[in-house]
Amino acid sequence: MPDETTESANLPELTCKELVELVTDYLEGALSAETRKRFDDHLEGCPFCRIYLEQMRQTIGALGQLSDEAISSGMLDVLREHLRRGR
Amino acid sequence: MTFHSNADDAELIAALKRRDEATFVGLVGRYQGSLLRLALIHTRSRAVADEIVQDTWLAVIQGIDRFEGRSSFKTWLFRILVNRARTRAERENRSLPFSELIQEASEPGEPAVPAERFLGADHPQWALHWAVPPRSWGESPEAKLLASETMEHIGRALERLPPAQRQVIILRDVEGWTAEEVCNVLEISETNQRVLLHRARSRVRAALERYFDA
Repeated sequence: MPDETTESANLPELTCKELVELVTDYLEGALSAETRKRFDDHLEGCPFCRIYLEQMRQTIGALGQLSDEAISSGMLDVLREHLRRGR
Repeated sequence: MTFHSNADDAELIAALKRRDEATFVGLVGRYQGSLLRLALIHTRSRAVADEIVQDTWLAVIQGIDRFEGRSSFKTWLFRILVNRARTRAERENRSLPFSELIQEASEPGEPAVPAERFLGADHPQWALHWAVPPRSWGESPEAKLLASETMEHIGRALERLPPAQRQVIILRDVEGWTAEEVCNVLEISETNQRVLLHRARSRVRAALERYFDA
């Protein structure tokens, strides 16, 4: 977690090491306006962190494509039966 | 407690109370995959996971008349599953007690990127900036990312995650749930949810990086 007290004075530039720990908060919209600005400022000048952020986005995108498990039809029959009996 | 139940839910619940088969079968189709994946976090056995899911649907059939809409139907459904899965896992000594999620989120975790990939704090110009930066996965890496071999690596990376991280990342990124839904079902704070999600995503990214750079 970032030390919020360092933000008040003159907003020192984020380091790459700090930025990688803030990526999820950034993507979740959970950063304070000040920290978000420091994050964006750092990104603008740091191609490596832009790549890192892009890889996190790509990772999330790929996770969303993991295939579904099939439904076993046997189970559905059992459940239908219960539904009828439960009436 | 806020009321999350919406108009769609009201219709759905009314249909379930009538024991409307088409509605029920539609629900099973919609949630079966998600329920099964969540059950598989608590047990390695597909057969046991199937049983937990089936028990959950039976509990829905049996409990729908008492459902008051204090939470959304989805939250209610997945809470039933999580409770059953936990009970079952405890009985089999593979417990993931609910407090463990919070405990795991509160413990200091490993960094998202190993410290040795950054320059030292004493570097005159680039302190704590990248020493070994990530390399781009290409302009349009979709084909590479979605290749079945890559998907297998992602699946294996998920299996290696600590259980609490695995639950959160599966619900958020595989199932596409909102943060609020995950917090409601797993009964964790938003901060804990984000911490677990961050550690999980960081590890999966690192696994993909190792795979692509190999």
